[in-house]
Amino acid sequence: MENLIIANKEFTSRLFTGTGKFSSSQLMEETLLASGSELVTVALKRIDLNANEDDILKHLSHSQFNLLPNTSGVRTAKEAIFAAQLAREALETNWLKLEIHPDPKYLLPDPIETLKAAEELVKLGFIVLPYVHADPVLCKHLENVGVAAVMPLGSPIGSNSGLQTKRFLEIIIEQSNVPIVVDAGIGAPSHAAEAMEMGAAAVLVNTAIAVSDNPILMAKAFKMAVEAGLMAYEARLAKPKNFAEASSPLTSFLQDL
Amino acid sequence: MFTQLFDTFNWDEIKKSIYSKTIVDVEFALNKTSKRDLEDFKALISPSAIGYLEKMAYLSNRLTQKRFGKTIQMYAPLYLSNECQNICTYCGFSFDNKLKRKTLTDLEILKEAEAIKKMGYDHILLVTGEANQTVGVPYLKNAIKLLQPLFSLISIEVQPLDQNEYEELIMVGLNTVLVYQETYHKEDYKLHHPKGKKSNFNYRLETPDRLGNSGVYKVGLGTLIGLEDWRTDAFSTALHLSYLEKKYWKTKYSISFPRMRPAEGIIEPKVIITDKELVQLICAYRIFNEEIELSISTRESEHFRNNIIKLGITSMSAGSKTNPGGYAVEKESLEQFEISDERTPQEIEILIKSQGYQAVWKDWDRGIQLVK
Repeated sequence: MENLIIANKEFTSRLFTGTGKFSSSQLMEETLLASGSELVTVALKRIDLNANEDDILKHLSHSQFNLLPNTSGVRTAKEAIFAAQLAREALETNWLKLEIHPDPKYLLPDPIETLKAAEELVKLGFIVLPYVHADPVLCKHLENVGVAAVMPLGSPIGSNSGLQTKRFLEIIIEQSNVPIVVDAGIGAPSHAAEAMEMGAAAVLVNTAIAVSDNPILMAKAFKMAVEAGLMAYEARLAKPKNFAEASSPLTSFLQDL
Repeated sequence: MFTQLFDTFNWDEIKKSIYSKTIVDVEFALNKTSKRDLEDFKALISPSAIGYLEKMAYLSNRLTQKRFGKTIQMYAPLYLSNECQNICTYCGFSFDNKLKRKTLTDLEILKEAEAIKKMGYDHILLVTGEANQTVGVPYLKNAIKLLQPLFSLISIEVQPLDQNEYEELIMVGLNTVLVYQETYHKEDYKLHHPKGKKSNFNYRLETPDRLGNSGVYKVGLGTLIGLEDWRTDAFSTALHLSYLEKKYWKTKYSISFPRMRPAEGIIEPKVIITDKELVQLICAYRIFNEEIELSISTRESEHFRNNIIKLGITSMSAGSKTNPGGYAVEKESLEQFEISDERTPQEIEILIKSQGYQAVWKDWDRGIQLVK
């Protein structure tokens, strides 16, 4: 299988993961190791920069893991830019999952503020991966301001509802020149496989793994599903036939000419 | 303002409607796959639902884990003052109670803060009575400024303020405001608050509106269980919540369930909620609203708190002192109410772990709030 490249960084695994919602940091570490994930997102708000050794970061210090700080909690572009700078300083990485959700109930991303912040952050040298609605036009705008990838949602965060935005994800994947990472709403390995079969570059999964009764086993299931989905995409899925074959073809008269 | 909507409701009619819900309504609410509404909430808090407690608990557990994960957020109250000009029949700090009044000085605040920090806390709740001369906005602003470098998240539970006053406090680092209506029963509210600014029912009722307009991050709602029919009060809270979520959609909300506790010079509760019913209430809120934060304090017993962790709660306090100076400065001063669970935060962390959950001490960052 082909490796994924984002901003000159090569990833063997197409499964990106989150670090929230686990019952312990120890279990988070074991689970993420089992997932094979090479990019893990960490909320700035959960990290204790004043502590000698932050409990979450301590458990992520494996060479396998690249950190993707996220701006969860911010409501505006201004707040996001400030938080991003704090994260860059603290975690010593330019990578950033830009998420701006002024709506704390459904945690839906703000397209206007996200575009504003993305443009500014790219200028500031960040490798920006914005979390957005499955909005094809917005994704194009983001691509134009120089984001490294876009992360459209499959359905609301933590909803486990799968690819409710499928039709729009298809358009985004078809039109995009940057990798598409389907983020949010992936509740089962089959959802992840579906996204990969469609041509997503990667998926990001947190709740479905962390909240499972057996997170380690579930992480392995997702790893395999993502690999299977990618293989199927590379092998080109046999398409279901759209048309029955008519017994007397409509264009057969052309051969008579 | 919420008062316009609230005034279209009649207490007795709501009560009657809750008590006439049948098991058919309860099953309908439980089996629903779409969003549950206020009528479903009525069914879930009705006497008819008590037979469905196990099912409700299971559903509440699953919904809570899906949204909040296997985590419990930890916070500690810091009582800044017990001075109060209100008479509240159920409160140890009531104006007519003869007790030594105390308001912490800057030095004392920092000393208390240090003790709380040492316990592991990073989220703090500042509590006062209502004494606008000594513990008004300038005092609160100063306290927040003092504490802001030490804690990631600062909440207050103080007298209701005006919108511009909240804005002033948010600028210096205030994140969350808890303001409980105590009871939505207008006449009984007057009986329990005969004197002081707090006797103004509507001003208190409209406080969450002023908070929503001020842009505060989170608003905590609730009633004091024991004053009036808890079911009707819970419905009114849920109605208030639904109104607020729609109108002030950028604000986060939480609910608490304080039960009346013994305190110096207070009345006996008019109604008692059993442990079973409190579990029902907590689960009902969760099933009704999957995103709402639910908080439980040290008012509850060890046994109850040991078992409630899995049932929908998202935040907890531990090792709390409810008297100003209680952590370090003046440990023996009179409390607002007797706490019931006296275990240390570390003991509670072990308990949370034993239930398969993680205690979260930090879930906010000062950097997010752009404090001036």
